[in-house]
Amino acid sequence: MSNRIDVKKTYKLFINGAFPRTESGRTYEVKNAKGVFIAHPCLASRKDLKDAVVAARAAQAGWNKASAYNKGQILYRIAEILEGRRAQFVDEIVSVTGVTKAKADKELTDSVDRLVWYAGWTDKISSLSGALNPVAGPYYNFTIPESMGVIAAIAPEAPSLLGLIDAIAPIIVGGNTVIVLASTKAPLSAMSFAEVIATSDVPAGVINILTGKKDEIAPWMASHMDIDGFDISGLGAKKHAEVKTVATENLKRIYSFKSADPARILAFMENKTVWHPIGL
Amino acid sequence: MEEKLSFEYAPAPESRAIVSIKPKYGHFIGGKFVLGTKHFPTINPATEEVLSQIALAGKADVDAAVKAARKAYTTTWSKMSGKERGKYLFRIARIMQERSREFAVLETLDNGKPIRESRDVDVPLAAAHFFYHAGWADKLEYAGLGTTPKSHGVAGQIIPWNFPLLMLAWKVAPALAAGNTVVLKPAETTSLTALLFAEVCQQAELPAGVVNIVTGDGSTGALIVNHPGIDKIAFTGSTEVGKLIARAVAPTNKSVTLELGGKAANIIFEDAAIDEAVEGIVNGIFFNQGHVCCAGSRLILQESVADEVLQKLKNRMAAIRVGDPMDKNTDLGAINSKEQLLKIRELSAAGDLEGAQRWSAPCDLPGKGFWFAPTIFTGVTQAHRIAREEIFGPVLSVLTFRTPQEAIDKANNTPFGLSAGIWSEKGSKVLWATQQLRAGVIWANTFNKFDPTSPFGGYKESGWGREGGRHGLSAYLKGVSHE
Repeated sequence: MSNRIDVKKTYKLFINGAFPRTESGRTYEVKNAKGVFIAHPCLASRKDLKDAVVAARAAQAGWNKASAYNKGQILYRIAEILEGRRAQFVDEIVSVTGVTKAKADKELTDSVDRLVWYAGWTDKISSLSGALNPVAGPYYNFTIPESMGVIAAIAPEAPSLLGLIDAIAPIIVGGNTVIVLASTKAPLSAMSFAEVIATSDVPAGVINILTGKKDEIAPWMASHMDIDGFDISGLGAKKHAEVKTVATENLKRIYSFKSADPARILAFMENKTVWHPIGL
Repeated sequence: MEEKLSFEYAPAPESRAIVSIKPKYGHFIGGKFVLGTKHFPTINPATEEVLSQIALAGKADVDAAVKAARKAYTTTWSKMSGKERGKYLFRIARIMQERSREFAVLETLDNGKPIRESRDVDVPLAAAHFFYHAGWADKLEYAGLGTTPKSHGVAGQIIPWNFPLLMLAWKVAPALAAGNTVVLKPAETTSLTALLFAEVCQQAELPAGVVNIVTGDGSTGALIVNHPGIDKIAFTGSTEVGKLIARAVAPTNKSVTLELGGKAANIIFEDAAIDEAVEGIVNGIFFNQGHVCCAGSRLILQESVADEVLQKLKNRMAAIRVGDPMDKNTDLGAINSKEQLLKIRELSAAGDLEGAQRWSAPCDLPGKGFWFAPTIFTGVTQAHRIAREEIFGPVLSVLTFRTPQEAIDKANNTPFGLSAGIWSEKGSKVLWATQQLRAGVIWANTFNKFDPTSPFGGYKESGWGREGGRHGLSAYLKGVSHE
């Protein structure tokens, strides 16, 4: 065994269900906690983001149309596949971040459980937030939450896998499609998570994952006119004012969160109110 | 064969004796009317008669209002139980009901809208908003934001001229119910009912500083938006100004809600009840002179019924009575300002220039004041300015479609997403279209209906947040997870 040369993985982007390299040809070095080189993930470009938005937009109507039951099963399926690849993810987290194996194992457990938690929300969120409104007239009037469209998200630097799942799952629970920028320092589990997504019946384009520099990509996400909402939970506070300002061009909805909560799902849903007369 | 029915009506003027308008007004700060320094005239747009002189609030006035609001928030309002706060709101609702005729007459004089609408829509709905939100004040823990939702503090509120008192109610009632205090600025051309509302606050013995009203123009609005002592901004108005506000507030921690413009599609399918649909088209675009952000300003007609609908629409439009807003028979009143009239004329001229065909209802317009006859443009394409830009007047752009999907595509082809209308007698088609349309309010087989229990607000560039219902209330509360 000791003489064998490892077959190392090339880490690429995940756009429209495929694994392209960045069109820019740019990469950066990821080193482990001891400073030893591990991998060259992609430094995604503005064009990569644009491609991801095109894929996300094309996928949105179909994903939105899938039944809540179907969406829930697909999210649960992601949890199943992730659970089955636990060892690989634990090794990857340990090698990149230098945390103990027990801590990495705990992050995996939390990640799988978090996915299961979100899976159960798909067919409950509209009962939680919808309303039948008792208007003063002969009208049937109700309000329901609906998908917002294409949402961008910045995952936090750490925990790199659980944080990524908190960035992705609430957005797609609501029927949106997502372009997420992974942790810059620890992007490897994100790109391995893309392999989980690719084998979990998630339609191409629903989840797109980029790696690269947050300060570079966040303003591009904020100014993109075909992105409807932006979760900046993983973006440093210093950058918030800039991206919020740029995002006003199309009045993008911008939120950031500290925890998993149904509010995180509803933040990227629009409320639609419908009136119809009652009468013979 | 066209049969022309003509009805002559004797004038049925509402008396203005019930209102007494002072020659000059100041601001309402800390529970008292205070003198202004500079003033500008407010006029009756139906006659151009100067009604009063309105104070233009500058920095010192806005500072004083914010200070009064902060003091009221920290010493009184945030410490009071929800039950007691609610009682003040109930009182306000009752006094507004008691003085409803006065409010209606004053609104019509200052705004130009028909007395029938201010009397039957604006004022009763405004009172209903206070009554509805009064009941929320002691039930905030059930509003879906966790067991301990918190108020923001001082809310700065800037409202438009199209529904002056009603927009005040949409803003002030939920803010107060949630425990905030407010600094409100009415629109430059329509301050009078807000100043009358200040009297109602005094009569209701609302603690000083809970509601502060400063009058002025956009410069006063900017002072409110940029004031460091304000925690929350709520604005209703144009998308253009809404974006400026969003940009100004972006680097701060202020919370923002925006109710902005629209270019609503009103879709008539071939299986609609045509006569009802024609009434719905008229209500959709000519209600309140078309000065409605959710107006059904793009009529999207199925080709197979287009000729029939347009003929019936023209007949119906010829019966719209345009003129004296104080006449109880008037359907269409005055355009709110000269500036707005020029904008409507400019966009209509663009419609002519770009090749659409204009038709206006034959009617005599008064010599004085600001008027625009009910107008439709046919042959409109999606690229025309009159199909893309908000006209905010009694001008309807007509487009046609063949398949239901084409109707949806055309309806959604806009950066706005405030409202939409659907006319069809087939339930499954109505629900299908309801799902497809990207708009916050969908009126199916009806149009322009409003209620305090019913959330109102837009998708996309029509704004941020909702007003009305539990969803609207949440805009004035801080929940658990949002930062």
